[in-house]
Amino acid sequence: MSKILVVAEHLDGKLNSSTARAVSAAAAVKPDNIDVLILADSVDTIATDASKIEGVSKVLTVARSENSHPLAAVLAPQIAKAAAGYSHVFFPSTTFGKDVAPRVAALLGVAQVSDVMTMEAAHTFTRPIYAGNAIITVEAHPDHAVVATIRTASWPAAGSGSQSATIEALSLDVALPTHTRFIKLRQGNSDRPDLQSAGKVVSGGRGVGSKENFDIIYKLADKIGAAVGASRAAVDAGYVPNELQVGQTGKIIAPELYMAIGISGAIQHLTGIKDAGTIVAINKDAEAPIFEIADLGLVGDLFKLIPELEQAL
Amino acid sequence: MKILVGYKRVVDYNVRIQVKPDGSGVVTDGVKLSANPFDDIALEEALRLREKGVAEEVIVVGIGPADLTAHLRNGLAMGANRAIHVVTAEAVQPLTAARVFLKLIEKEQPGLVILGKQAIDDDANQTGQMLAALWDRPQATFAGKVEIADGKATVTREVDAGLEVIEAELPAVITTDLRLNEPRFIKLPDIMKAKSKPIDSIELASLNVEAHDHLKTTHYAAPAKRSKGVMVKDAAELVAALKQKGLL
Repeated sequence: MSKILVVAEHLDGKLNSSTARAVSAAAAVKPDNIDVLILADSVDTIATDASKIEGVSKVLTVARSENSHPLAAVLAPQIAKAAAGYSHVFFPSTTFGKDVAPRVAALLGVAQVSDVMTMEAAHTFTRPIYAGNAIITVEAHPDHAVVATIRTASWPAAGSGSQSATIEALSLDVALPTHTRFIKLRQGNSDRPDLQSAGKVVSGGRGVGSKENFDIIYKLADKIGAAVGASRAAVDAGYVPNELQVGQTGKIIAPELYMAIGISGAIQHLTGIKDAGTIVAINKDAEAPIFEIADLGLVGDLFKLIPELEQAL
Repeated sequence: MKILVGYKRVVDYNVRIQVKPDGSGVVTDGVKLSANPFDDIALEEALRLREKGVAEEVIVVGIGPADLTAHLRNGLAMGANRAIHVVTAEAVQPLTAARVFLKLIEKEQPGLVILGKQAIDDDANQTGQMLAALWDRPQATFAGKVEIADGKATVTREVDAGLEVIEAELPAVITTDLRLNEPRFIKLPDIMKAKSKPIDSIELASLNVEAHDHLKTTHYAAPAKRSKGVMVKDAAELVAALKQKGLL
């Protein structure tokens, strides 16, 4: 008898696709119910979107002005209260889920399973450790609620069907702290596809050489309709903003096509892309570790090869 | 103000981890151990706050076996005033670690606790958030920039959407991201000086924390390997191969 609560991630009134990925992980437990919990200031469009996700039994909403921004200290007590009666509480393993889930687990007095890759049984999961260089099988206590974050790259997004699950407003009697306040969010204003859910990604590394040179990566990405990513080295060097970082401590992604350009392939980067469908590497160093895992490799100067590539398209 | 810093010892980030053939664990014998890189960043941030006059004392905390003292000496050599060694032969899980920190907080009354956002061994990314919950105080995770003034921390957080700025009243828990700072190198004279700095040893059992583990790891496996692909000779061949796969 499993009942799973999936905590929705959203921004600017839009449901994040990571939520549907967490729902498909929940479905793998074969539970009796999958309910989606939305905490926001205005829940309407988010709730409608969530109600269409296949497999969702019910959408629960908590509309409060305090929920206008995802502050873990504010959200966690509400989620912990709403979690009563559920056997599992799932979050996407995004910066949102990673921030909030452990706070909920601690309030419930239970452990958390981070970055679930597969469900072996209702209380048995696999997850990566050591930057994905080992995969462990973990058993959670069967008598406790399981709080888990779902490694989104391991799960397809559950479909959005013609169904529409019931939407129910929850009123939770929880006192919320005021010690933490949202000031602002500086978003990369990009019309490009979202890095985390894009089918194609073009990434640049240290080999690109400068912020100005990175235009060559953006141009190629735009030409093939891809999102742009980067290695840690490129972010550290200030070529691109932090939200483009792919790897162990950045985004873990699984696009159909991943093009690594001027990226040598440190293990911390490789762990972020190993679920990609096809990996293409372009690097001037034929010995670069990226070629060990690339499906298609091309050795040479990226500033010569990328224009040639665009020509050939 | 005192700052408490979590200082975990992990397998060095340059080591390529091998899973034991019988699936009982990973090979750690003879493997180089170092400070968790995020914890070095946490300690560096605490030291800078002390140097700015925001804090008076920086305390590094380690939870682990008897030989952890050598590792804590590195934290002292980097500049911490003193160390607390919570002694246990067993590896502790994040919830237990958070409960241990809460006990130390009750005793030390720090204005700030800085932890790494994750340890690069178990990659759990939980302890700071759990501690903030148990302590009922603010958390500012994945910090890329920290400013302390007027009893509050203004923290720029590296989130998926970009950079988020939040304000947290002190005391609070901050967890560090990669770009918060570049940790200093330890100099030889500092290693000598660190020898006379105090390390308090406390048995984990004496703290009366609920220390049983909720999660049981039953098997370790090597990750699925990607097979080595092919090299193409030029851009035209690459495009042809991608078109054939239906990717372009």
